[in-house]
Amino acid sequence: MTKAPVLILGARSDIGQAIARAFAAEGYPIQLAARNAETLEPVKADIELRQNVSVSLHEFDALATETHEGFVTALPDLPDIAVSVVGYMGEQAENERDLDAAARVIRSNFEGPASILAALANAFEERGGGTLVGVSSVAGDRGRATNYVYGSAKAGFTAFLSGLRNRLAKTGVHVVTVLPGFVATQMTADMDLPAKLTAAPDEVGAATLKAVKKGQNVIYVRRIWWLIMLIIRNIPEAIFKKLSI
Amino acid sequence: MKLSGWGRYPVHDARVETPRDEADVRALVTGKRQAIARGNGRAYGDSAINLSATIDMRGLNRMLGFDAKTGQLTVEAGVILGDIIAAFLPRGWFPMVTPGTKFVSVGGAIAADVHGKNHHKDGSFRNSVDWVEVMGADGTVTRCSPRDNTALFDHTLGGMGLTGVILRAALRLRPVETAWIRQITRPAASLKDAMDIFEDAKDATYSVAWIDCLATGRNLGRSLVTLGEHASLEDLSTANRKAPFATPKTRTRSVPLDFPTFALNKFSLRAFNAAYYKAGLRQQGTRLVDWDSYFYPLDAILDWNRIYGARGFAQFQCVLPLEASEAGLSELLDTIASAGSGSFLAVLKRFGAQQSAFSFPMEGYTLALDFPISAKTHALLEDLDAITLAHGGRFYLAKDSRMSADTLAHSDARVPAFQSQRTENDWTRFSSVQSQRLAL
Ligand SMILES: Cc1cc2nc3c(=O)[nH]c(=O)nc-3n(C[C@H](O)[C@H](O)[C@H](O)COP(=O)(O)OP(=O)(O)OC[C@H]3O[C@@H](n4cnc5c(N)ncnc54)[C@H](O)[C@@H]3O)c2cc1C
Ligand SMILES: NC(=O)c1ccc[n+]([C@@H]2O[C@H](COP(=O)([O-])OP(=O)(O)OC[C@H]3O[C@@H](n4cnc5c(N)ncnc54)[C@H](OP(=O)(O)O)[C@@H]3O)[C@@H](O)[C@H]2O)c1
Repeated sequence: MTKAPVLILGARSDIGQAIARAFAAEGYPIQLAARNAETLEPVKADIELRQNVSVSLHEFDALATETHEGFVTALPDLPDIAVSVVGYMGEQAENERDLDAAARVIRSNFEGPASILAALANAFEERGGGTLVGVSSVAGDRGRATNYVYGSAKAGFTAFLSGLRNRLAKTGVHVVTVLPGFVATQMTADMDLPAKLTAAPDEVGAATLKAVKKGQNVIYVRRIWWLIMLIIRNIPEAIFKKLSI
Repeated sequence: MKLSGWGRYPVHDARVETPRDEADVRALVTGKRQAIARGNGRAYGDSAINLSATIDMRGLNRMLGFDAKTGQLTVEAGVILGDIIAAFLPRGWFPMVTPGTKFVSVGGAIAADVHGKNHHKDGSFRNSVDWVEVMGADGTVTRCSPRDNTALFDHTLGGMGLTGVILRAALRLRPVETAWIRQITRPAASLKDAMDIFEDAKDATYSVAWIDCLATGRNLGRSLVTLGEHASLEDLSTANRKAPFATPKTRTRSVPLDFPTFALNKFSLRAFNAAYYKAGLRQQGTRLVDWDSYFYPLDAILDWNRIYGARGFAQFQCVLPLEASEAGLSELLDTIASAGSGSFLAVLKRFGAQQSAFSFPMEGYTLALDFPISAKTHALLEDLDAITLAHGGRFYLAKDSRMSADTLAHSDARVPAFQSQRTENDWTRFSSVQSQRLAL
């Protein structure tokens, strides 16, 4: 039996490609959606050759929310599983000075991903099944001085995913929230990350595959981040505001 | 960052760059810095290290195309040979030429023009390469092949990264019916015996000998010669015939810590070698062996390079011309056995004819073995160099970590031509700690 495809939104991301590989290895056909999708030709060839599944490319802009419903109807097959890895960190210092820049970060991490998942959710609900995956971030668990613009947008997205899961729970549509800590990707290439807390993109891929298969709700990658964020969330605000973390 | 080759000697502090695509590589090579490409770091010494820019090519690791009619696979240079096997063996294809580890990149296999157990029959890696795309110091990419841009092709195969950065290549894979090898093991009581077996077995696809480098006197050179053929469907049991590409998953182990140096002495090594030989005697005759155990027995122990301790180790590999092989090998083995500092595994192999500008193989016999690093080892290696030179042999740069420029120049008449090609073609931007040491 041929499986229904897995859609990756924001597929130029390392994490997105790792998730695509993990599902392709299980025999799922893959739909890669991204801006400048044609640049993904080598990635398409690579997945087709290694995993022997078919891969299609789809032009997609998360910020062009008016196109999202049309994007879903235009897909050759409605996917079984849709994963959004769209995200944009920006520069905190710039986000403080330039409100347009900040808006872009907020829209890229919250409004855009929420909009496309909402469109897919309605289609999945009508069909009566499917899984939606949102890759958010531990940065959304508490706002910090060093990246609260990005973090607050992720917080919004995390809350959106939680609400969507609640709404769809009785319809057979499942929603998975993926909260990576540090991941070694292009986004973090210039940062000096602690090795023990930093996952490889393929770890996020494997964890996402497992979460979808098992119907998990919220996962942290690596799992130690669950504990770290539990502690960070529980620091009293009076103390937290004086910390530099 | 601290960087070494597989032998963990020497260690250098080098700047490592991690490009993800062609544009990133261009930005690196067109700067002012000297640079060298690095694949998966399986060369033993310092050939893939440049202090100012070591370009880690593993980020360029996409498979780009496959033609099932011809078996031609197009890949980026950072693709690992083991990944090619994982993707294509289940579909009936295997690399034409493979070294003794599957953890090499395609770029590294091309740059060292690696050889396998079938060199006497199929030649070096070069013979499986249809074309290579190389980026020069000005950032332009040139496709070269045995027909086009032949000088670049000839010098890139075996050129140890010194002609530019290999970005992509097209390789021809070999069709196979099964994932199994029909292996014949023949014990040889002496060096002469082993060489006779090789000479009689020129039609075998694969041949290699493990040689007891600590046996002396009349046992000098005693070996286990193994010959191999890709098994056909008929060779398999009816059960295995149903899934000819399924083989038992090899269990991997890792070496948890550096072995203390006292664990390695002539007594433990002599005992290991003798036991290995005896175990081999019991496996005489024909057996079916899965591809992983046959081609890559060492890969099952993930970081076996730690066995030689924290100081690292050096591998010695030379090739001697056919007519000088017997005399030269006897002298090498004698010297090694009397020094008493042999290795766990010494390998002897017959090479066939080789054509190319700077590749290692030539018709004759090649001997490879490793030694833990020590002052004594350095002295022994100097002696082995001298014996090799005296018999007209040369050395494998992918294994070297300590030879002198003088030794290289005496061993290889092709050095001046290689050097002048480098200047003429503006390849001198590319250099490694090794090429600087060897004045290439
Ligand atoms: C256990 C073991 C067994 C081995 N058995 C054999 C054997 O049987 N036969 C054999 O021939 N060799 C053998 N080797 C050696 C190995 O095959 C070679 O050293 C090979 O070059 C390693 O490939 P790599 O990708 O690790 O390259 P590296 O070690 O990273 O680099 C090796 C050389 O290739 C160059 N290079 C790498 N990538 C590129 C690129 N993209 N562009 C330009 N230059 C590049 C580097 O500059 C360097 O000079 C063995 C090694 C080990 C560890
Ligand atoms: N790396 C980490 O440490 C880490 C940690 C926690 C969470 N995350 C999250 O994980 C996800 C993947 O990140 P990554 O590390 O793989 O970084 P990345 O490569 O920067 O991935 C982000 C992707 O989002 C895409 N994107 C941004 N805006 C878009 C838009 N308007 N339309 C379509 N695509 C858009 C980008 O596409 P373009 O290439 O077109 O710009 C990019 O491919 C992100 O959501 C990120 O926030 C990452």
